[in-house]
Amino acid sequence: MNPRQILVSLWTLVVKEVRRFTRIWPQTLLPPSITMTMYFIIFGNLIGSRIGEMDGFSYMAYIVPGLIMMSVITNSYSNVASSFFSNKFQRSVEEMMVSPMPNWVILAGFVLGGMARGLGVGLIVTVVSFFFTDLSIHHPLVMLGVVIMTAALFSIGGFVNALLAHKFDDISIVPIFVLTPLTYLGGVFYSIDMLPEFWQGVSMINPILYMVNAFRYGILGVSDIPVAGALVAIAVFIAAFFALALWMLERGKGIRS
Amino acid sequence: MAEPALSIRGLTKVYGNGFHALKGIDLDVPEGDFFALLGPNGAGKSTTLGIVCSLVQKTAGKVSIYGIDIDRDFAKAKYQMGVVPQEFNFSQFEKVEDIILAQAGYYGMSLREAKPRCDRLLEDLGLWDKRNGPARMLSGGMKRRLMIARALIHRPRLLILDEPTAGVDIELRRSMWQYMRRINREEGTTIILTTHYLEEAESLCRNIAIINNGEIVKNTSVRDLLTELDTETFLLDLARPVDAAPALEGFEVERVEASQLSLGLRKGQRLNDAFAQLSAQGIEIVSMRNRANRLEELFVSMVENDNAASRPAKLADEEVAK
Repeated sequence: MNPRQILVSLWTLVVKEVRRFTRIWPQTLLPPSITMTMYFIIFGNLIGSRIGEMDGFSYMAYIVPGLIMMSVITNSYSNVASSFFSNKFQRSVEEMMVSPMPNWVILAGFVLGGMARGLGVGLIVTVVSFFFTDLSIHHPLVMLGVVIMTAALFSIGGFVNALLAHKFDDISIVPIFVLTPLTYLGGVFYSIDMLPEFWQGVSMINPILYMVNAFRYGILGVSDIPVAGALVAIAVFIAAFFALALWMLERGKGIRS
Repeated sequence: MAEPALSIRGLTKVYGNGFHALKGIDLDVPEGDFFALLGPNGAGKSTTLGIVCSLVQKTAGKVSIYGIDIDRDFAKAKYQMGVVPQEFNFSQFEKVEDIILAQAGYYGMSLREAKPRCDRLLEDLGLWDKRNGPARMLSGGMKRRLMIARALIHRPRLLILDEPTAGVDIELRRSMWQYMRRINREEGTTIILTTHYLEEAESLCRNIAIINNGEIVKNTSVRDLLTELDTETFLLDLARPVDAAPALEGFEVERVEASQLSLGLRKGQRLNDAFAQLSAQGIEIVSMRNRANRLEELFVSMVENDNAASRPAKLADEEVAK
């Protein structure tokens, strides 16, 4: 394929993915908005007012970056996992396999689709948060860089999950049993300074802690961890997972007999 | 000499469970041919086509599409072919037109280039009125036609159809045959099809290969193949019922039911001789037809002979294993 044809095929796949999640917006865009509004009302407003300040910010302002990040992570991941698995399940993945589209374009198309949903939901949650608190962004580039890279990383993760999955249950195991606990324990609702020293150490091996804190640094200018290290770590994870997903695709794991 | 549309050499497939689906087959399909790949279920037809269009990984062997080795430049080879699989493999929730246009996009065709072609295919295949509806609302026959339209969107030179008319009613099947004949004749598209309807292969195809137990047992023209047919069986509908099958000298006759006989006609025998003997016995024939398709009789006998020939070898293998 020449570069123009590659671009056309990538664009086709991205548009198809975006069309998919916008067509079913009551399942993809509406629920996270409602859930996050509940978090803002209950944790931010009702409970937050009794908690007081955290790291010099109101509790509501403190949890907003974490909740935006939580939406981005879950939606990027589950979009690609469910879309690609559903392509496998309905065998429509064969449409791509018989075409001359390179494997990296297939992977990139799904990842960009997942990022579009993750970032779209993140934007909706951000807009909702304006009803509850005033946000002034301290480091816009850091904020954008972290959120885009995080969306990319979890989209690739969702793709790997879908390649390995044999049934629909297999694509909900990771979000429920891995992503949700790691996100909750990743400093969304609290600063790890509040934890005993041992649990602070344990928290440091949670990769989501770095993403949440780097994003919080971009918005509020405060972080529990060194931000530059977090950015490098996310970039390394993206490269490693992309290579893994591409290798699996080239080998036909889960899609070719 | 022109490169064959499809050339296969020593193609072998061993699945993870150790099943030898293909045992080193060789096959050539000339450009412009209408070619049938026949075989019983599990013979290796779909595995062969699956390897050709990259849905199945081969264990060994070489495959070339119009001279392009799939191991060297699969992307270029894929441009040459369109694939209509046995089972529906599109998203049931998408619009009919979007499915075809997305496939064009995967081949790098811009929307401006693909849209007129898509409209033409939708009209030719009787899907125009359904183009804006979700694919799940289509009937089984329409879904098959959608897959044909999708496979043809990028103007392939080779069209691979894996049981394209399975579950399609007779009227629709005939209109699909007509369409396939047209693109083969007018556009020069090489067509390879697998089918269980042997009447379909006899009516449409010029050349034929029969595959059984992962091996090609016959590869010849339909005309030559039919000359190998030793016996044809006819069903004779009688004007009046008979109690028993009449004895006809030189012919095998059986009573199927009270008003129907079956008559076996070997090569060199003449129907007139049988009719004369029946008339002499006061038996009047109202109508007559082939009991089975001619190719079907030949196919069944070939596959049965091949299975019988391979059986002692298998038994011997099992003895050694014990």
